[in-house]
Amino acid sequence: MRLRYPDTIRIVRVPCTGKVDIVHILRSFEKGADGVYVVGCMEGDCRYNRGNLRARKRVAEARRILDLVGIGGERVQMFNLSSAEGPRFAQIALEMTEKIRALGPNPIKEKKNKMAA
Amino acid sequence: MIVADRKPIEEIIEYIKDANKVLIVGCNECVTVCEAGGKKEVGVLASALRMYFMNQGKDIKIDEVTLERQCDHEYLEEIRNIIDQYQAVVSLACGVGVQFMSEKYFQTPVFPGVNTCFMGVTEERGVWSERCQGCGQCILATTGGICPVSRCAKRLFNGPCGGSSKGMCEIGGEVPCAWQIIIDRLTALGRLDDYEKLAPIKDWSKERAGGPRKVVREDVRQ
Ligand code: SF4
Ligand code: SF4
Repeated sequence: MRLRYPDTIRIVRVPCTGKVDIVHILRSFEKGADGVYVVGCMEGDCRYNRGNLRARKRVAEARRILDLVGIGGERVQMFNLSSAEGPRFAQIALEMTEKIRALGPNPIKEKKNKMAA
Repeated sequence: MIVADRKPIEEIIEYIKDANKVLIVGCNECVTVCEAGGKKEVGVLASALRMYFMNQGKDIKIDEVTLERQCDHEYLEEIRNIIDQYQAVVSLACGVGVQFMSEKYFQTPVFPGVNTCFMGVTEERGVWSERCQGCGQCILATTGGICPVSRCAKRLFNGPCGGSSKGMCEIGGEVPCAWQIIIDRLTALGRLDDYEKLAPIKDWSKERAGGPRKVVREDVRQ
């Protein structure tokens, strides 16, 4: 299909979204990511039954924590699509990039650099 | 196990906001099982705190360690060599661990990172409920293995109060009536005759009402 999507996105492959933990999401922001999104299979289609449902709850919890610490929970989002939906994958990448651009950079990135200076 | 619940991050921020270097200490036992204070929760809390303070422009270093237990000398000793570097410790163990750490490291402020709730079971993942209050004189033998001390809102010993309705306790909130369960279990065991026997007056001095308690075993003592 050779679809294009923004090259600012770094893909981290996991065997199932059930592998994604809250701490993985938080550490990404700690290290300076501007946004994180988790792409799982359609709900009800998980090969391990509940992996993507677990991921959804963890994403929600990560959002709550990020709101609390002032990073902004809206920088994290979960998407569900099937592996046959290449065009949708590219579309989501574009949407998410635009959303994060509009939100601006991760607020701690700048402060971290300032502190290091 | 001892069941605990996470403390609000805001509360923990308030405790440590004036320190420069903080150690978050998890415990591998009960609080790991009830997902309040194990290695994972230490990681999440530490990361959240680091981001919070960074965002405030405060340079607070937050380290993580998780010990096998915090209620035994030998494991708490593992941090003796590093503890002096920290102005504050947040312990995610139950209140027992927090206190033992405070007693051992008298000069270091140790703050609780969880709310310790009760001794209980995992009904299902994410749902824990109380089973025992450590009354010091267990009466489960006569109550079909169901504890009226911890599970009856009024701690009744000779049958239910008038508020037991359709198996539920009158305090509401979906709490089952302990006495309904006791009677059901005695029936299942064919021991309903036990229900007729009057329970002797309980010695509450062995419970918390008698002051702080201690078990001393000369046979194993060193
Ligand atoms: S009777 Fe006392 S020791 Fe036994 S389960 Fe109940 S509270 Fe615990
Ligand atoms: S309804 Fe049952 S559990 Fe509740 S107070 Fe009465 S006897 Fe105890």
